[in-house]
Amino acid sequence: MEYMTLYIALAAIFGLFMAWGIGANDVANAMATSVGSRVLSLKQAILVAAIFEFAGAVLAGGEVTSTIRNGIVDASGISDRPELLVYGMLAALLAAGTWLLIASRKGWPVSTTHSIVGAIVGFAAVGISIEAVKWASVGTIVTSWIISPVVAGTIAFLLFTTVQKLVLERRDPLSQARRWVPVYMFFAGFLITLVTLFKGLKHVGVSLSEEQSYLLATIIGLVIAIIGKIFISRIKVDPEADRAFHFATVEKVFGVLMVLTACTMAFAHGSNDVANAVGPVAAVISVASSGEISQQAPISFWVLLLGGIGIVVGLATFGKEVMKTVGEGITHLTPSRGFAAELAAATTIVVASGTGLPVSTTHTLVGAVLGVGIARGIAAINLAVVRDIFMSWIITVPAGAVLAIIFFFILRVILG
Amino acid sequence: MAKNFISAIFGRSPVHPLQQHMAKVIACVEELPAFFDASIRGDWETATRVRENIRQLEHDADTLKIDIRLHLPNTLFMPVARADLLDLLTVQDRVANKAKDISGLMIGRQMRIPQELGVMFMKFLDGALAACRQAHTTVNELDEVFEAGFRGAEVDLIHSMITELDRLERESDHVEIEVRRALFEMEKTLPPVDVVFLYKIIDWIGDLADESERIGSRLQLLLAR
Repeated sequence: MEYMTLYIALAAIFGLFMAWGIGANDVANAMATSVGSRVLSLKQAILVAAIFEFAGAVLAGGEVTSTIRNGIVDASGISDRPELLVYGMLAALLAAGTWLLIASRKGWPVSTTHSIVGAIVGFAAVGISIEAVKWASVGTIVTSWIISPVVAGTIAFLLFTTVQKLVLERRDPLSQARRWVPVYMFFAGFLITLVTLFKGLKHVGVSLSEEQSYLLATIIGLVIAIIGKIFISRIKVDPEADRAFHFATVEKVFGVLMVLTACTMAFAHGSNDVANAVGPVAAVISVASSGEISQQAPISFWVLLLGGIGIVVGLATFGKEVMKTVGEGITHLTPSRGFAAELAAATTIVVASGTGLPVSTTHTLVGAVLGVGIARGIAAINLAVVRDIFMSWIITVPAGAVLAIIFFFILRVILG
Repeated sequence: MAKNFISAIFGRSPVHPLQQHMAKVIACVEELPAFFDASIRGDWETATRVRENIRQLEHDADTLKIDIRLHLPNTLFMPVARADLLDLLTVQDRVANKAKDISGLMIGRQMRIPQELGVMFMKFLDGALAACRQAHTTVNELDEVFEAGFRGAEVDLIHSMITELDRLERESDHVEIEVRRALFEMEKTLPPVDVVFLYKIIDWIGDLADESERIGSRLQLLLAR
């Protein structure tokens, strides 16, 4: 591989470009519900997003990165021409990045996950051969795109139903909220820690036994719950805004919970979506540095780091504007609903990330929002927009594929 | 910059506009005591001015009504049936229309309430207005019941408010019977055409309470699904 440095540099630039795009646009979706419910200020939201996106990318992003890198293309047929894989992955990055750019200019709802998967399948099927695509695992990925919103919706429905039963329908919702919100905080902290411990830490070289993991997750969950309880006890009843049931103050209590679920959502997003940008980079690096196609090489830590940095830079440069518009858009999603949607989506995404399935953060969150809606929790959901969002992936996959094929042949001419 | 799709899926909540509409409706009927007061005194200048207020408020309510209808497309997914919500809006609007009709007819015919019936008429109007106000209070709870997710204690509270609304309507019915009887006893002494229209005004004041009660029933339908 004579052009090794060039390939790696190109991959890193394209990957950084895409991670930047994800940070600029996509993160706003993940953080939308928190900004919209005015729980976090814009600055706080960006800070939280930056920290937890980065942590999610570095700690829990490894599995999905592996899937993107070598779960879709079976490169054993081209082991004599490893540069084809390099061109392909570079083309996929360019295709997905370009498609995202076009789509966000036009205002179409697209998924970064669907574009990159479409792009990789596209170059592999046309650029290499139809058999080079691992259709079975692509099938699993596509199935996960249908299942993840449904699962998130179901969890959100159940979560919000428990909120109704335990808090909202009681005679004293405020004291019930003060009692139960720390419990939700424990579960959120416990769950995210556990998944990270099981799936993430091996990339940073720490390994714990199963019992140690459960113990540590419990401790972290408890610590979070106690911190939450302290904040909740500081919330004063607002006599101006309240009527018989103190719902305005109840929402403030849930607001504390939502700060946490916003963190989990940012973490989940980082764990899943950063892989879209760095998966192909990892593939290029592994081929370029060894000169051969190996399926086993571990993901280098700095690749995940690159993705994390890209997302944070995107957030810092454009995220503010996007989040501002988002915050103005959502005013009807109160913290008691927003938390249910976020926690359900984050749980689904983190578990999917743990098993290496690249799911769409946006679609999962939309599924969760619908789940809350079905539990009669949201005043009005615009089903036309929901339909557009879900329709978008039908066009996104082929669009990513076609662009990737075009870029693949162009790159092969230029570089080859 | 890309528009955000998560925020786009939240439609405009119909609850606050509905409450704003009801507030306009109640402001409109609240002008009626001043109007009756002026007409009993025969002060048509004041009455005409108050009538203009009523017309304006009714018009504002109409504008809100149209706006709400336009913002409830078929594709909106809500915890309540869209048809029930639109029905509630229509019934709310009828209360304001009734206030406009009453004042319009009285101005048009320069109708004077006989002095002997003045006090009774004001009492009757007050009773009907009490029902309207109770309907307004109940509609004002709507945002809380959306917040509570249509279950539990908040729903019980609304049901008890509706029970109170029904009671007020029955009370207003009783007063209506009294007013009719009093008018019947003196109708021979009045010009017959005036009497016909006085009965009509009594009917319409009764309708204010009836329509208010209907607002309560619509709310009950919203809650029961």
